[in-house]
Amino acid sequence: MNILKFLVSVIFLIYCFSSDLKAKNLEIEITKNLRCLICQGQSVYDSDSEFANSLKILVEKKLNEGLDEKQIYAYLKNKYGDWILYDPGFSKNTYFLWLLPILMFIFGGAIILRKVILKKKKL
Amino acid sequence: MKTKIFPIFLIFTFSIIFFVFYKGLQNTNIYTPEIKSEIKIPNFDAKEFFSKDKINSDQIFIGSDYYLLNIWASWCVPCKEEHKYLMDLSKKENIKIIGQNYKDNFENAKNFLINLDNPYDLIFLDNDGTIAIEWGAYGVPETFLIQNNKIIKKIIGPLNEKLLFEIKELTQ
Repeated sequence: MNILKFLVSVIFLIYCFSSDLKAKNLEIEITKNLRCLICQGQSVYDSDSEFANSLKILVEKKLNEGLDEKQIYAYLKNKYGDWILYDPGFSKNTYFLWLLPILMFIFGGAIILRKVILKKKKL
Repeated sequence: MKTKIFPIFLIFTFSIIFFVFYKGLQNTNIYTPEIKSEIKIPNFDAKEFFSKDKINSDQIFIGSDYYLLNIWASWCVPCKEEHKYLMDLSKKENIKIIGQNYKDNFENAKNFLINLDNPYDLIFLDNDGTIAIEWGAYGVPETFLIQNNKIIKKIIGPLNEKLLFEIKELTQ
């Protein structure tokens, strides 16, 4: 019976620990995707400024309130704008940002293709 | 002909690049995105500075009066500089000044108010800085002009003569 009790408590402890770790991981993931607006160039996770420290507490609070990752991003975007996210969503302000690499890829591809065709014609 | 076009193109490109970077040198390197004006004020719970009673933001910002929310701390040097402007505004009848004490030590904050006088009609505590984030603030000092539960004007950094004049104009 004692062994059973022991086993149950061990399993319970592991369960608690792992769920706690999971929440912590999510918090780290979120703060890594947030730009520190005071010390620009650093993420909130990396920064130790007053602003970043408050934001870390806030993210933890919001997670405890039951908000998911997307809701927290939406909440902060509403307060500080797209600039706070390292991975901004697709909107009318950011479509240029998202489409530019594709455009460059198509444009570059066209140049290469043209060169190849011209070379073939010469041969 | 082809050999002439290339150097001209090169010089042209580099002068554009030079111009852009030279212009950029004079800009501040902290980028603050423009916020939509007239956004609604957040709802939050806080503790009153002296009595430590719990208050909700609904109990602070009532009706169509003008409110000036000032985020301050005793450790913040620019807050001392802008203090005289807050004192000036506190003499105005139609504007209530609300202080948000940001990440501060109570004794230091109290001494700050004793030494420099208290312009605030009400002060609440923001010990972990999360209420400042609710406001969309970056740090201290920061000031918001509020009417009808909407932010009319947001000032990042300390107040000055020009901003004082602007606030007075807006609250005429």
